[in-house]
Amino acid sequence: MNQEITRRAFLRNAARASAFATAACMFPGIVFAEEQERMIASLGAADIKWKKTPCRFCGVGCGLKVGVSDGKAVAVKGDPDSTVNKGLCCVKGYHSVMALYGKDRLTKPLVRKNGRLVETSMKEALDLVASKMKDTIAEHGKDAVSIYGSGQWTIPDGYVASKLFKGAIGTNNVEANARLCMASAVTGFLTSFGLDEPMGCYDDIDHADVFVLWGNNMAEMHPVLFSRILDNRLRRPVKIIHLATRTTRTSLAADKSFLFNPQTDLAIANSICYEIVKNGWVNKSFVENHCAIKEGKTNIGYGLEEHFSFTDEPKDIDFEKFEKFLEEYAPEKIEGYCGVSAKDIKYMASLYGNSNNKVMSLWCMGANQHTRGTWINNLIYNIHLLTGKISTPGNSPFSLTGQPSACGTVREVGTLTHKLPHGVVMNEEHRKHAAEIWKVPVENIPSKPTHHTVSMFRALDRGDLKFMWVQVTNPMVTMPHLNRYRNGVKKDDRFIVVSDVYPTPTTDIADVVLPSAMWIEREGMFGNSERRTQHFDQLIDPPGEAMSDTWQLIEVARRLGYEELFPWSEETHIEEIWKEYSLHHEGNKHAMAPYEELKSKPGLQWPFVEGKETKWRFHAKYDPACKGDSFDFYGKPNGKAWIWARPFEPAPEVPDKDYPFWLNTGRVLEHWHTGSMTRRVSVLHQAMPKSYAELHPEDAKALNVINGDQIKITSRRGEIVMDVSVNGRGKPTRGQVFVPFFDESLLINDLTLDAFCPISKQPDYKKCAVKIERA
Amino acid sequence: MPIKSYILIPNQNELTLLIEEVSVLEGCNVHPAENREVLVLVTETENEEKDKALLGQIEKSKHLQHISLVSGFD
Repeated sequence: MNQEITRRAFLRNAARASAFATAACMFPGIVFAEEQERMIASLGAADIKWKKTPCRFCGVGCGLKVGVSDGKAVAVKGDPDSTVNKGLCCVKGYHSVMALYGKDRLTKPLVRKNGRLVETSMKEALDLVASKMKDTIAEHGKDAVSIYGSGQWTIPDGYVASKLFKGAIGTNNVEANARLCMASAVTGFLTSFGLDEPMGCYDDIDHADVFVLWGNNMAEMHPVLFSRILDNRLRRPVKIIHLATRTTRTSLAADKSFLFNPQTDLAIANSICYEIVKNGWVNKSFVENHCAIKEGKTNIGYGLEEHFSFTDEPKDIDFEKFEKFLEEYAPEKIEGYCGVSAKDIKYMASLYGNSNNKVMSLWCMGANQHTRGTWINNLIYNIHLLTGKISTPGNSPFSLTGQPSACGTVREVGTLTHKLPHGVVMNEEHRKHAAEIWKVPVENIPSKPTHHTVSMFRALDRGDLKFMWVQVTNPMVTMPHLNRYRNGVKKDDRFIVVSDVYPTPTTDIADVVLPSAMWIEREGMFGNSERRTQHFDQLIDPPGEAMSDTWQLIEVARRLGYEELFPWSEETHIEEIWKEYSLHHEGNKHAMAPYEELKSKPGLQWPFVEGKETKWRFHAKYDPACKGDSFDFYGKPNGKAWIWARPFEPAPEVPDKDYPFWLNTGRVLEHWHTGSMTRRVSVLHQAMPKSYAELHPEDAKALNVINGDQIKITSRRGEIVMDVSVNGRGKPTRGQVFVPFFDESLLINDLTLDAFCPISKQPDYKKCAVKIERA
Repeated sequence: MPIKSYILIPNQNELTLLIEEVSVLEGCNVHPAENREVLVLVTETENEEKDKALLGQIEKSKHLQHISLVSGFD
């Protein structure tokens, strides 16, 4: 009897949870208070104190208010004072505090002994990490140790990691998982503008007339921002154009949805430029005064070879040569291979070309996880530069991010092999600047980058790297061509340290597991997609011996003999780190807000100059760093942005008779990345319990499978058996299969290809060839 | 004993009326959204026949613009 009641209660919860999750997809930002109240009631919490924090999950950086009672985080609501979300939350943010309380939280350090992970004390674990690092450096050199972090690192985590490895130890073996999601956005910005991160901000949404979404399923991945677009459409005549390779909830909400064949976004962007030039829609004075035109190398490879390297060589070209280059991309010439009709391409070009329209382009993984990721970023900027629709309210090419501090930590602190907090390791002045603030000899900082992420895991597989410390990320789910790298890290003389909050496939292969304090269990800052830094206090105690990643690094640094470089007290170290870090960014171009201001406000955008945020960069009306009275792209030496002639080049592996389908991987609304946190939230897990393979109905028919049947997907690297979804949440075009990657029991990355953009070194998770059979 | 969940969209400005009408029906549990004119309904009935009858009753509501089934368990 009791069992039956429990089962029915479970089914009621499951039914309700799935409806909440579905509603959240249909109506981004929707809030159901009852679920929250039930949680509060179940905890018997009467006296709740509400404290501000940015959300733990995506790069939008919604402001939350977390309700704390009796030392527990018991509720969440959107922060009405946050300009990011204005009080709204998505289903993940709304349930975010539940991710703190999974039953299997890591609360004690684990050390591998006789092949098994066994509990130990934090002191013993940290001693072991430090001694292993010392021994490895002594035996194999400083370039045999590495750290692999994350866009979920707080800013202080990343800063301390960079200072320890680059400044103190003296190796550039610092990378972060943002290489897998944002590197092409960075190189896109750098090659076009000379400085990273968007010139615009979320306020552009309230000014734009047209939104073009390039391969971006915003309804599921950035639901709060998408709801802001939809809210605008309710109030005024705006158009939403969705350009994608599969039909999603975003397509259904868009005014027009155009499906293109994988990789051909390069041709479409050039074709739009062709139409803009042909129809006389070029903003000539803007282009003449504020742009230079360049071409780079072509046939640049895909990074599949061991020790692959590539350096571009930009050359000036004139407008006539650029115009000639575009002729290859007349809509009628490309419609046959890109899948979008010439008429539809012309329509999109006319939206950009109409001088009365303010246009916002938005993109995320579709453009970035691309073997020509830098190029497609350049090409979207080309459209905005040709038409002069940039750096003013509503005219905004806007690269969205996926992680809460991919911008704040990885891009601004510079936790990538070639980066420093200000500038790059290759530049002597930048090294001197960092060394002076870090109080280390400039010779400590090597002038050559070492390994980007794929290269780092290849080096670990080969044995060039012996030691890796992984923090806040789960590479044993996310690395492309995962089979190879999983086998690599398991090799005998490799030593892997993993700092995390839950057991994952990455902790499974670790030699030491350090339990981390999560999010509001420590103080920190995140930086979101619109250059907004957001501070959060420690609101609750971490469980057991869990310790912040920042403090873990400091403890190890001190054991390595660097006490003087990391002198901060446990009580005030975040404030002291912020003050030191801010020195790297002094000046009008990147000044960060003071600690006290960040503490008191929901978030502030940099450059923060004379007490004011900068909403739009590169225009004198809004940006105090600009010279003159209009546009000034001061990241480039002569203040001119670069328009690039970048051709269409095919993907490295395309479907053929043996492997006739494209495989595309991605995310779902309910789960954050690899699901290590969101799968511990019962509502989210019940709403999306396992991964699946989306097929086009005609392909399903040809394979003689229906919803729920199992298929075997095989690539040249691996195979997987999973359930089919037909006409479900998304519908790929014919000849494609889409698989979400959140499910650690269905590792789709065993099949993906580790090819990457030669400029950004970001892998392409959206395109490889597979075959499909009924299982 | 079927358990089902639905998303209901009322006619404009009739959310309260719809909630009042549906929440009194036996086997209906209503969860209105805080910031949208949308509600989630979870129904629990003894058998398929009563489930169909209940759905019929809900669909007759003059305040209802749209109802969509999300999940069903038995």
